[in-house]
Amino acid sequence: MPGSRNAGATGPDPRGSAPLLDAQGLKTWFPVLGGVFRKTIGHVKAVNDVSFSMHAGEVLSVVGESGCGKSTLGYSILGLTPPTGGKLALMGRPIALGSPSAWNPFRKDFQIVFQDPYTSLNPRHTVFEILAEPLRTHGICATGEIPDRVAYLLGKVGLSPDYMHRFPHAFSGGQRQRIGIARAIGLNPKLIVCDEVVAALDVSVQAQIIQLLMDLKSEMGLSLLFISHDLSLVKAISDRVLVMYLGKIAEEASARDLFAHARHPYTAALLESIPTLDRGRRPKLLGGEIPSPVNLPPGCAFAGRCAHARDRCRQETPELLAAGLSRAACFYPMGLPPVP
Amino acid sequence: MAMDSDSRPLLKVEDLSIGFAGEGGVTSITDSVSFEIQPGEAYGLVGESGCGKSVTCLSLLKLLPMPGGRVLSGRILFRGRDILALQPEELRRLRGAEIGMIFQEPGAALNPLWPVRRQLLEPFRLHPYQGDPNQRIRALLDRVGIADPDRVLSSYPHQLSGGMLQRVMIAMALSLNPKLLIADEPTTALDVTVQAQIMELIEDLRRESRTAVLMVTHNLNLVAQYADRVGVMYAGRLVEESPVDDFLRRTLHPYSQGLLAALPRLDAGAGPMKPIPGQVPRPADYLPGCRFRDRCPHAFAPCGGKPDLFPAGSGHTVACFLHAPGASALPASALPAGASA
Repeated sequence: MPGSRNAGATGPDPRGSAPLLDAQGLKTWFPVLGGVFRKTIGHVKAVNDVSFSMHAGEVLSVVGESGCGKSTLGYSILGLTPPTGGKLALMGRPIALGSPSAWNPFRKDFQIVFQDPYTSLNPRHTVFEILAEPLRTHGICATGEIPDRVAYLLGKVGLSPDYMHRFPHAFSGGQRQRIGIARAIGLNPKLIVCDEVVAALDVSVQAQIIQLLMDLKSEMGLSLLFISHDLSLVKAISDRVLVMYLGKIAEEASARDLFAHARHPYTAALLESIPTLDRGRRPKLLGGEIPSPVNLPPGCAFAGRCAHARDRCRQETPELLAAGLSRAACFYPMGLPPVP
Repeated sequence: MAMDSDSRPLLKVEDLSIGFAGEGGVTSITDSVSFEIQPGEAYGLVGESGCGKSVTCLSLLKLLPMPGGRVLSGRILFRGRDILALQPEELRRLRGAEIGMIFQEPGAALNPLWPVRRQLLEPFRLHPYQGDPNQRIRALLDRVGIADPDRVLSSYPHQLSGGMLQRVMIAMALSLNPKLLIADEPTTALDVTVQAQIMELIEDLRRESRTAVLMVTHNLNLVAQYADRVGVMYAGRLVEESPVDDFLRRTLHPYSQGLLAALPRLDAGAGPMKPIPGQVPRPADYLPGCRFRDRCPHAFAPCGGKPDLFPAGSGHTVACFLHAPGASALPASALPAGASA
């Protein structure tokens, strides 16, 4: 979607319709209990003040290291881990965050495929039962038509309808992930959250699943919220990318801009640490580890590991502001003048 | 790469075939795998799940899962000694002292009930050591880049991050200065920034102590960066072997080519990767002849026979009839479309 690529996340949709998904200042905090009386002594701010939106047909990737909050963000959007603050609107309608049933009208349109194809399919249900259940729950088709619909879905994901009455254990990891995708597309959703969907698969199978998702996306006009730690993969498939660090967006950019010139030093460090086939380019080291997300010190969360950090970075918290064609939460974006 | 005064290879695996005994008899897992590792060399063994790479590694220390796992034929020579013929006492001296091993999931490989100090002292309890083990383990933690050894030594595994645990495992594997370090997917469970730290650490150790490294991985990017030689396995066989530079310049086996095309590339433009059609077969479904031929875009008549590892120059070998001696002399019509033999 070249037209919307560089529009700010909070900007109006170029086509005038409401965004598919709009999050403003979204927060998902988990209480940390301690002491004799198990009182709340702090919070893990897994998602902390995140704003972004998504439009129809878009592939938005959320990247970052373990514990950055990318999976929690995906779950929060779907109400699987309800957000504790901020605003969320799906298809232009605001969600009452305190009420778990608020997501019910949207379940059909917002689906998810999980990371682990071994634990996300009920081992005691046949493939038919796994795929038929959401069709029944949402009344997608008459009971008599369900077998045809299941056979059609299996065909769509490249599996033989003959497999319908087998159990998940009879399938390889890649085939199970196809079943997970068939379950998600069965309801004709508008958006699928893909949570590390190929992380557990071999390279050649990974490419097959990605190709399948891309084909389905163009065919069905799907949007994909693609959660991944693999930036090489993200580069291959994304329109737009959010880089997260400790619960916040460090950088948001079109895939083209992000990989051509990263603005946030964390994005740059992530990219430089990835090994490639180029023997002349050695991965560079980013020192230290991600700090504990409980009771973070003031200032930029990345300052402790950042080669460019100055005093200001340890005192003030940078906001996500325009940086060239991207947005970056950094006072000293790379290749640009400092934020006044 | 520099050679030891002793010019024979550090490790020589000869025609190693491994099988698993089950209800229906013995299933062959690997078929006549041969390779050598020189002192100080980094060897990358690459392949997808089930290709036999991990089992090959485990067999090097006679650690095949029991019951069932067994070496069907072949030899494993470590500094000239046949590991498979060693007595239990000799084998115990070899493990840890001469060959160290680190595993994919450091969390699962360490004893959850022991603090790090006790785990690190374990090798010194099992092997003779001149000196103070307590001093040695502090030096080792320093060596693997752990800044606060006191905290780490008194921690239990669950109190440390994955990167820290992998450092502890490496420290433990190196405690008796092994000649060979076997690293089975050492960074698969880690984040990229931590992966870079761990790989750089292994590289430093190799440079300074001339420890050879056998790195088992599915990630060709890691092999390109950190290995001298590469062996590609498919369905229990080594299908291509080469110095890494030559392998990247001319990748010869259609499976290796497929793996590279399927790899997401940070150093290439956008656009999806090209999948290899079909899937990796299970051992019971291995085809006679070339086991890749049903997925190979170049398969032709000779592929019904088993290809040898044909020499392809520059220390590069490939088990593919496109590169059989005399293949380039075949009339063009005998070659499959698109072949570049």
